[in-house]
Amino acid sequence: MTHAATRQAYNFAYLDEQTKRMIRRAILKAIAIPGYQVPFASREMPMPYGWGTGGVQVTASILGAKDVLKVIDQGADDTTNAVSIRQFFEKTAGVATTTETTKATVIQTRHRIPETALQAHQVLVYQVPIPEPLRFLEPRETETRKMHALAEYGLMHVKLYEDIARHGHIATTYSYPVLVAGRYVMDPSPTPKFDNPKMDDCAALQLFGAGREKRIYAIPPHTRVVSLDFDDHPFEVTRFHQPCALCGANGSYLDEVVMDDCGTRMFVCSDTDYCETRQAEGHRGIMNQEAAE
Amino acid sequence: MNAPLLVAENLTRFYGGHVGCRDVSFMLDAGEVLAIVGESGSGKTTLLNLLSGRLAPDTGRVLYAMRDGETRDLLSLSEAERRHLARTDWGFVHQDAREGLRMNVSAGGNIGERLMGIGDRHYGNIRETARGWLARVEIDEQRLDDRPTTFSGGMRQRLQIARNLVTAPRLVFMDEPTGGLDVSVQARLLDLIRSLVADLGLAVVLVTHDLAVARLLSHRIMVMKSGTVIESGLTDRVLDDPQAPYTQLLVSSVLAA
Repeated sequence: MTHAATRQAYNFAYLDEQTKRMIRRAILKAIAIPGYQVPFASREMPMPYGWGTGGVQVTASILGAKDVLKVIDQGADDTTNAVSIRQFFEKTAGVATTTETTKATVIQTRHRIPETALQAHQVLVYQVPIPEPLRFLEPRETETRKMHALAEYGLMHVKLYEDIARHGHIATTYSYPVLVAGRYVMDPSPTPKFDNPKMDDCAALQLFGAGREKRIYAIPPHTRVVSLDFDDHPFEVTRFHQPCALCGANGSYLDEVVMDDCGTRMFVCSDTDYCETRQAEGHRGIMNQEAAE
Repeated sequence: MNAPLLVAENLTRFYGGHVGCRDVSFMLDAGEVLAIVGESGSGKTTLLNLLSGRLAPDTGRVLYAMRDGETRDLLSLSEAERRHLARTDWGFVHQDAREGLRMNVSAGGNIGERLMGIGDRHYGNIRETARGWLARVEIDEQRLDDRPTTFSGGMRQRLQIARNLVTAPRLVFMDEPTGGLDVSVQARLLDLIRSLVADLGLAVVLVTHDLAVARLLSHRIMVMKSGTVIESGLTDRVLDDPQAPYTQLLVSSVLAA
């Protein structure tokens, strides 16, 4: 063993090579069967479940030395989860990191798909808490597997039916179930349904990792992804009544930020990179008009 | 003469060395109600599970006349076909409504599940159908969006029946449908089942230990003991003139009110 190797505390990107091979096999299978949940031997990671252990394992397995990594949490590059995972890979893999969507080759995400359209050379890795879309209606794993195998998805519509019966419209706004490539119904992880149309015919490869539930699934590039709905209650994307207060963007997903205890609030892009890029290009929203002048 | 709807041929099922049911054969025509009676442990439920494809027989077979007119052996169906059959052309009413219902889904969702399962994608139509069925089983339409957890035992049982009948099945399996209900609720439920069966021309295989229920609902009766059929025939004949000693005992042990 060389001196350099003994000094190295971790293998490249933390996981050992055998584990990466195992995860890559699961990923390949997942790509071969779009939307199908492939079981894999999820490892303990140096972070708690719920912090993206599934996504981190997928990222670690596909990361190469030349990759440029971007990590977002709720669309933001500067939140705890995003910062800590970015630092984790800086430390264990020494890869370049970025906050710019266009410069990244691998993007690990929690809860959002970047506003900027993804390219063919990019891979989007999702952190998934509960991969099974039928889980809350059918608690038995044996039964849900059978339902997937036989494509018995009537139950998924029962969930949407309940929504309409109770709220008058389909009130599911995140984890909105989709049908992938006309076969498997899939939970797109807790991304807002605003992002569902971006999954359809996406140029980038989309990988989903659930660490606690030990499942990996995938949407290959340019795959048909359809959000489930009823004929008389079609799928609708969330709409916002005002543009982003910082960059004035109209078509992006907005976060509500409470400003004080008197009810003042602002709506800003959840995708921080998108918002900053637009501001750099000179776009201004109502909250920073003065700052521009 | 049409082919019988359901044919059981020499059905036998062992649980290890213990007999579940042995050498049971019968035919059931469309629109016919057959009661299987006997004491606890006599193999009634085993037989019902064999007939409905929930359990594979050790020997023997079950033939069913599919909707397209073709008669098929249940064991030769793929699992997908069998499940589809069970969801559309069959119904299964459990003794405990909690087994047959989704307790955390509204009554409308429970009734609509089968419709959505066979590809109905129009919310308004599903809801109207569910509302219609709620009325048919005598549940207040206001309860359409309530969960079965808020329903009484009798209402749950009626909801379970509606949920099964929404796809217009031709054969319904009932496992002690009136078990655990008090007498007046039981009477109402029996009335309801009887009128639905007559209106819809349902064939029913009814498992019960209650001879009064068998008398009220069924055309024919099969008496089981220790896994074998010891007597069968028209309901009135068997109950009024029992031949086998065990049947005589069974009939004479009914308490008169």
